[in-house]
Amino acid sequence: MARKLNLRIWRGDSTDGGLKDVQVDVNEGEVVLDVIHRVQATQMGDLAVRWNCKAGKCGSCSMEINGKPRLACMTQVASFGEDETITVTPLRAFPVIKDLVTDVSFNYKKAMEIPAYEPPKELAPGEARMEQIDVERSQEFRKCIECFLCQDTCHVIRDHEENKKSFAGPRFFIRIAELDMHPLDMLKNRKRTAQEEHGLGMCNITKCCTEVCPEHIKITDNAIIPMKERVVDIKYDPARMFAGLLKREKRS
Amino acid sequence: MTSSVTLERHKYDVLIIGAGGAGLRAAVEAREAGLSVAIICKSLFGKAHTVMAEGGAAASMGNVNDNDSWMVHFRDTMRGGKFLNHYRMAELHAKEAPDRIWELEMWGALFDRTKEGKISQRNFGGHEYPRLAHVGDRTGLEIIRTMQQKIVQLQQKDGREFGDMEAKIKVFAECTITEILKENGKISGAYGYWRESGAEVLFEAPAVVIATGGVGKTFKITSNSWEGTGDGHALALKAGANLVDMEFLQFHPTGMVWPPSVRGILVTESVRGEGGILTNSDGERFMFKYIPDVFKDKYADNEAEADRWYEDQDNNRRPPELLPRDEVARAINTEVKAGRGTEHGGVFLDVSKRIPAEVIKKRLPSMWHQFYELAGVDITKEAMEVGPTCHYVMGGVEVDPDSAAAIGVPGLFAAGEVAGGMHGSNRLGGNSLTDLLVFGRRAGAGAAEYVKSSGANPVSDAAIKSAADRIEAPFSRAGGENSYSLHAELQEVTHNLVGIIRTRVEIEKAIEMIADIRTRSKNVAVSGGRKFNPGFHLAFDLDNMLLVAESTAKSALLREESRGGHTREDFPGMNPTWRQLNQIASFDGDKVNIKSQALPAIRKELFDLFDIHELEKYMTPEEIAKGGSN
Repeated sequence: MARKLNLRIWRGDSTDGGLKDVQVDVNEGEVVLDVIHRVQATQMGDLAVRWNCKAGKCGSCSMEINGKPRLACMTQVASFGEDETITVTPLRAFPVIKDLVTDVSFNYKKAMEIPAYEPPKELAPGEARMEQIDVERSQEFRKCIECFLCQDTCHVIRDHEENKKSFAGPRFFIRIAELDMHPLDMLKNRKRTAQEEHGLGMCNITKCCTEVCPEHIKITDNAIIPMKERVVDIKYDPARMFAGLLKREKRS
Repeated sequence: MTSSVTLERHKYDVLIIGAGGAGLRAAVEAREAGLSVAIICKSLFGKAHTVMAEGGAAASMGNVNDNDSWMVHFRDTMRGGKFLNHYRMAELHAKEAPDRIWELEMWGALFDRTKEGKISQRNFGGHEYPRLAHVGDRTGLEIIRTMQQKIVQLQQKDGREFGDMEAKIKVFAECTITEILKENGKISGAYGYWRESGAEVLFEAPAVVIATGGVGKTFKITSNSWEGTGDGHALALKAGANLVDMEFLQFHPTGMVWPPSVRGILVTESVRGEGGILTNSDGERFMFKYIPDVFKDKYADNEAEADRWYEDQDNNRRPPELLPRDEVARAINTEVKAGRGTEHGGVFLDVSKRIPAEVIKKRLPSMWHQFYELAGVDITKEAMEVGPTCHYVMGGVEVDPDSAAAIGVPGLFAAGEVAGGMHGSNRLGGNSLTDLLVFGRRAGAGAAEYVKSSGANPVSDAAIKSAADRIEAPFSRAGGENSYSLHAELQEVTHNLVGIIRTRVEIEKAIEMIADIRTRSKNVAVSGGRKFNPGFHLAFDLDNMLLVAESTAKSALLREESRGGHTREDFPGMNPTWRQLNQIASFDGDKVNIKSQALPAIRKELFDLFDIHELEKYMTPEEIAKGGSN
């Protein structure tokens, strides 16, 4: 049953590294993470790889497989040709720590910058009433397993290190959208801060993030585009502009 | 080797080991009590095993059936655990679970709704009424994200107050604790290393909350992630705490069985809650044959009644697919052993015949994906192949129910799966998520109270040196044992000899083999350097798993009865005398020792919640005559 697979693994750290070729047994039904584990147990005891659940639920084993951002636990070896060499490399948008492990702390910093959920003041625990249809919009985004594949593939982050400071990335745009569409959240102006503080305007909706999402969240269509449209409405709404003008007049 | 001068040091009031549901809930509680808190996790933040919890969180809110109450929930929990539960834990859990769920909603959680807009609740094995708050089949993820974001909220508040978001609550991700430190008999902190760099780190704190989850990786076929290596169980043992009832392991009846790569991955009980039925290779719906006497009045003994139950729960008994997990797992095991299994050694679980495809995809979305992407099976059209998988450990650190304080070690607390007692000999599905919340909160409060009354307890240089020496050791050995091979050997031993069905001869053999692996593990050598080196990491995880396996095997040998997650082929059936006894494991520095200890007698008003005829099935005539304590 077992056959030999040619696997090419990037090994190294922030100072130096390169692709190493190995041959490894592969059995029916195995995913790329299985063969990486076999290499680890039999040939390279110190091969660094992140993983947790091996069931596509935790989003830890993100890497690039033949150049595409993917979860190694959800990528069947059989989805490649029998003679094809499979190449595994670390996420390119983040600094390498060792082998297939990268420093994803950028994402955790951004997570801390998104203003938290603000509950209604008068609502007692147990009294909330929401319609299923109203919670479903946010629920789609709350499915996110934080694999950061969308962040990795987003060219705003991937190709421009300097953007990282002012750009939160697709994962955090859906976080903002999720709160913005939350039936109970009381914080105002989430869309505007998305635009002004988290770099929503830098996204030019190429939908790369949506394509790599293992949870099939429609990041671009359901979160980013609706927010962008609303931002435009708010900014260029003639009624609001007129009201703003009145306010300024009153102040003066 | 790190010298004590260059060693990275941190000081906190409360140190929380583990960032799953229990750890995060404890962190929130301790921070809101005004203390500084460090949260340590082995993985990245937000990857804890809690995210794998699918079905839901059990709480008697009564949103779907208003006959539900904490008393009914308490009764179900005690029955599920075959009355070996610590009654006080089951009581606190049943009483406080609804508040913990509503509290999550106030923190932003978005549970599925009923038509009236309340939190929806679904049926689950062993629960008399629809009781599980849920979000599709990803409830654990919702709970973790909600608490992760609650912690960010607290950090943003601290940021406004102290100018530093991490001033009072900080997450130390990818950090492994190897030792819990004590001075003068009390907790003083913990020692460990950064997984990323291998550098060592000291946390000084007068209170430590262990919330490290389970032990599944001790077994070959498990639904647990790599983190379930019993770290907290072992750390607590070595710090002088006890483990209670480690023989009780829950084998979830439905894990995937094919292809081999996915063997063990969980198939949520919601599949059965939503109407999935179990059949063998003869096409027989076999669960009707396996309804034990104690449950005969609650479960349908024919298909017609079982089917009617989905529409009319007041006038029909439940389908036997929804028996507690231990019963279903044993039944599947028996069917397969009798030659009525599937091609790959499981049985069939089918939801496609009862529920329309679009409803399956909506209610069980991640199950649909899991089977479609990993097994090539479309569950809206075909049956799944399933079999038992090691899922949960009922045994754990012996704690005081109200404060979650570990018995015998001042300053040490434990909550969640790592704590023992709550679930008795078998846990009901859905009771784990609310266990995390109820006792996580209590542990945070217990730790906060302890710190306020006890003050700092500095760590000595001697303690640091001994902890540091242990971390260095595997690098100084050349040509020793391979930790990956030893781990695989241990998993074979536990799976084959202390698995679902046990006998004296096999357990004795297991104890011998575990001791042998432990001796060889003292000679584990690590290749490569300290930087993110999984071989090095596994060396420490392996130590923990070995202590856990030894505790389980030795407890299993002594308990000469079958109850819940402990089945002895040579002692079938429950023994009321054994029901009165907990088995307490302790560590003498060399080996694990087990002693029996009387189970706390149930309080009279809780005793009175049960029909006396039901209690007669579990208790001795003397206990019945006594009618509970005091």
